[in-house]
Amino acid sequence: MPQVFSRSANGISRFALWGACFMAIFAALGGTAVLRSDFVTGVGRPLAQPVPFSHRHHVGELGLDCRYCHSGAETSSSAGLPATEVCMTCHSQLFTNVDMLAPIRASLASGQPLQWQRVNSVPDFVYFNHSIHIAKGVACETCHGEVDDMPLMRRAHALSMEWCLACHRDPEPNLRPPQDVFLMHWKPPAGIAEIRRSLISLLDIHPETMTDCYVCHR
Amino acid sequence: MAGLRERLSPGPELWRSLDELADTPEFRRFVDAEFPSIAERIPRLDRRTLLKLMGASLTLAGLAACSRAEDILPYIRQPENIVPGKPLYYATTLSSDGYGIGAVVESHEGRPTKVEGNPDHPASRGATDAIMQAAVLSLFDPDRSRMPLKHGEPAAYGDFLADMAELTSRLAGSGGAGAALLIEATTSPTMKAQLEALRARYPRLRLFQHDPLATPSGAEATQTLFGRALAPVYRFDRADAIVSLDADFLGEGPGRLAYARDFAARRRVRRADDTMSRVYAVESTPTITGAAADHRRPVRPSEVEAVAAALSAVLGGEAAPSALALDPAWLAATADDLKAAGRSALIVPGVHQTPFVHAAALAMNARLGALGNTVELIEPPDAMPIEGDLAALCQAIAARDIDTVVILGANPLHTAPAGFDVRDVFSQLKLLVHWGLYRDETAFAAHWHVPAAHDLESWSDLRAHDGTASIVQPLIRPLYQGRAVHEILAVLGGEFAVSALPLVRRTWAQTTWAQALDDPAWRKALRDGFVSGSASTPVDVAMPADLRGLNPRVEAAKGVEIRFVADPWLRDGRNANSSWLQELPRPLSKIVWGNAALISPATAGRLQVENARVVNIASNGTDIDAPVWIMPGHPDETVTLALGFGRKLGSVAALADGHDAYRLRSLEAPWIVYGATVAPRDGSARVITTQHHQAMEGRAIVRHASLEAFRKNPHFVRDGAPPAPTGSLYPDWQYSQEAWGMSIDQSACIGCMACVSACQAENNIATVGPDESALGHEMHWLRIDRYYSGPLDDPDVFFQPVPCMHCEKAPCEVVCPVNATTHTHDGLNAQVYNRCIGTRYCSQNCPYKVRRFNFLDFQEFDKDAAGPEQAAHNPDVSVRSRGVMEKCTYCVQRISEKRIKAQIENRHIADGEVVTACQQACPTQAIVFGDLNSKGAAVVQEKAAPQHYALLEDLNTRPRTTYLGKIRNINGRLSPGGKADG
Repeated sequence: MPQVFSRSANGISRFALWGACFMAIFAALGGTAVLRSDFVTGVGRPLAQPVPFSHRHHVGELGLDCRYCHSGAETSSSAGLPATEVCMTCHSQLFTNVDMLAPIRASLASGQPLQWQRVNSVPDFVYFNHSIHIAKGVACETCHGEVDDMPLMRRAHALSMEWCLACHRDPEPNLRPPQDVFLMHWKPPAGIAEIRRSLISLLDIHPETMTDCYVCHR
Repeated sequence: MAGLRERLSPGPELWRSLDELADTPEFRRFVDAEFPSIAERIPRLDRRTLLKLMGASLTLAGLAACSRAEDILPYIRQPENIVPGKPLYYATTLSSDGYGIGAVVESHEGRPTKVEGNPDHPASRGATDAIMQAAVLSLFDPDRSRMPLKHGEPAAYGDFLADMAELTSRLAGSGGAGAALLIEATTSPTMKAQLEALRARYPRLRLFQHDPLATPSGAEATQTLFGRALAPVYRFDRADAIVSLDADFLGEGPGRLAYARDFAARRRVRRADDTMSRVYAVESTPTITGAAADHRRPVRPSEVEAVAAALSAVLGGEAAPSALALDPAWLAATADDLKAAGRSALIVPGVHQTPFVHAAALAMNARLGALGNTVELIEPPDAMPIEGDLAALCQAIAARDIDTVVILGANPLHTAPAGFDVRDVFSQLKLLVHWGLYRDETAFAAHWHVPAAHDLESWSDLRAHDGTASIVQPLIRPLYQGRAVHEILAVLGGEFAVSALPLVRRTWAQTTWAQALDDPAWRKALRDGFVSGSASTPVDVAMPADLRGLNPRVEAAKGVEIRFVADPWLRDGRNANSSWLQELPRPLSKIVWGNAALISPATAGRLQVENARVVNIASNGTDIDAPVWIMPGHPDETVTLALGFGRKLGSVAALADGHDAYRLRSLEAPWIVYGATVAPRDGSARVITTQHHQAMEGRAIVRHASLEAFRKNPHFVRDGAPPAPTGSLYPDWQYSQEAWGMSIDQSACIGCMACVSACQAENNIATVGPDESALGHEMHWLRIDRYYSGPLDDPDVFFQPVPCMHCEKAPCEVVCPVNATTHTHDGLNAQVYNRCIGTRYCSQNCPYKVRRFNFLDFQEFDKDAAGPEQAAHNPDVSVRSRGVMEKCTYCVQRISEKRIKAQIENRHIADGEVVTACQQACPTQAIVFGDLNSKGAAVVQEKAAPQHYALLEDLNTRPRTTYLGKIRNINGRLSPGGKADG
């Protein structure tokens, strides 16, 4: 009986089998990489907003404090977005007729809230609390990036569970004295390692308790 | 039945149900299959279907990864005191059958989500009941009436006002002739003032009241004895010997939460020299008061009068009459205890009982010197300037005296007694106006229906059982154009554009019976949740020498007696559309989503019927069909029928089973009917009960002793209990921070189910509906197991709340393949919903059966499709989806909140700072929660009590939730062994 397959079929089948394995590994690795890529996480991509609010202008150039607009950051789980009225504290005096600010004036006149697009968000089953992070010396900048360089707000970090846990397992490298948490472009002083070590005990931080699931998921 | 009795004679010490005793196939099925009927859930798969499903799930998994940026909508003007993410708490008052119970309501950005008791309010004392917990759900009920209806068609409120303007001008011309108002039970001072103002304005306007749950006997008795109607206020904290003459003072009545608190405080035993009160209960239907009593006797409703007369005679030194349902020794022991207690004795008459029972109880209390000490009499807080009830109104309509009726809240078309064709009578009216929360039977029959504002939406005021007034403060603006009752009354008085707030303030600016409230006093009353100093002062009365002609009314009755009770959660039917309340097991029968005719085992034996068999109950020419349910401890030849069911209006009420007991009620005897007949029919109806669900089969679970036995052997809980092993293969845990623990005092637990409801409200626990409940799929994280002990006809009842034990060596943790249930640094047994893949191994391995599995998507996730009731969700707790296991978390969101607060302030969490939802709701403070690592914490002290034990200790799970054995103050004369006589 003649051979059904030619001799080269061996090579082809070997290639196909190995190829399939490599493809599977590649797809797994590639998939993992893609899920972590900025393309999926949205890091660095500015979102269109109803008013092109510039943190660079307001924070970087004018020097407004974070808490002027995000007033809940120190006391509440939510940092809060400014009410239309907060925008109008200044803009009833400054740039009163600029087209760019028309939606804000319209909001105040009509009573319809501004519809901002959410930039930094975690899923519904994650219970993030701003106030405890501020109190324990985690700066705004650490998670939200250097917003004073952002003309339009964009996500600075993936805010993935992996990323959160990295700090919850070892918070020391991300700590600074609590009075400095609202500063931008903060330069660690000399001996920061020593300061951070003392902060862990001064602020009563217990990293061994910070990876319990219920710390974030309830 | 005979077989059951036989089985019981040596039999198990504790049993849960008759099915368990009989060891029926249904019971075996529930115990053997941990999740019964799971097979019905699994479709038969062939290869093709499997491939289809796999393909579909792959595609869907891909889609699930897509997410979209969401909008954030900030405020336009942010209210000064609102910080998004931080709840605010407001004191208000909720109505309980017209009386006020103080509440503190949690509000998230203006959205009320959780009701707690107001610790400063005399009727709440910090506790709540199941109905109060469900207030947030009824607030967001999508079936509520949303717009005014004219002849059943949507109409504008302006048109209503126009019609009312016409009416008021007609009334002004005629002095109110031909018009009548029908109000429901209320204690509102503003309502009273408005009614008086209306009567002054229209002298011929007639005022009626319809309250299907009215119990006028007490007022009748005091009227006869003292010449004026008075209401009793009991002081259980001062009572050493208590006799209940068919009174359910722990489960019924406007003062029940305060009474339960005082009652439990007087029965708190931790050391051998502690004392406790003793309770004797005579009752005509099993109640939680009877279950809490030390000695309980079931008697037929007609026999209570005779018992009252006999007790009175024995107290007076006479001999007890011979033909009595109670044995003389019982009566003598009761009388001796009462005499020994003297002015610390207390005899409580059942509100449903006849005026004679009330008068006899008052006379006995007076003779013992208890009047003024354990029982005080006050002016009735619910006195309203009314002239009659629904029957009087119908007579007046039939006599053509009245052609216009305004109904405020009541639903007479559903709740009228049988033989009373209210619909027919009302059809003769020229104008019928109805104001109510739902488009109920009366709303559709009315010419005009106006939606009512919910308690949480309106300004009003109410008075508590002791007369204390408090303000009803809105938590949210009316969702569905609802109007407060005061606005409607103002409209009738010709004020068309006034809102409720100025009307209430007007009352309190010129009140005569309490201090008028100026601005600061008004704000203080709002903040405190009550008007200080407004409690009624006890009235001094002189007890007449005889009962002024009040005699036992009832002849020795023939035939079956019917005892009507209001369903503990649905009341007169007004809460029928609340899924939380429909699915909350009734304390003793554990029946959900329906009612049944409760009968005694002996009666069931006579009738040859089994559970759920339909019987025909006939009385006074009317009859209903209802399934029977055999209740151990029910008096013989008596049927208990619960009001409130049988309605099909509203999407939730339509799901429920049950019969409408109003169809059998008569005007003359609203609570007790004599001479009824019961005949079995063929076939049976569904009665859903959770009593077998999650059974911990045949183990020493409830441990109890008499006070005497406890004094002899404080460590009685150790008797016969296998010793706990010491070694373990499970990992050892260290707790450098807190170690949370809970202690549950079974002596204090009265089985009122408030904790279960509070847990449901706090933790976004889904309701599953009647079909799923029947399969044992209910989701309550906390259940209250009810055990019987002793003879079938009169057993002792024990309640045991069972939340997650948070075991130190948790069997659930080690079997989870995906580590979705983990041990935390503070000892919690955390469940991670996002990791859970639904293997249910953990539940299989849990000896306490406290884990609950989402068999279906019980909650809607699509925010657009979920409807308004999603607003009742606690934003601090995840909503769980299908295929996920869940269980008690010790209210981890509350722990987290307090931990974050403490850590920001750089301090430890104080003892008593973290309060779980069940603990907070509990009227008797049976549940204590705290840090076991903190010396001197309340929970540590509780666990140091000698009667402290852990459930199933021999399994070496080392639970953190532990129990204090039940101690009962049993009279040694009635049961020398110290064992309950039943």
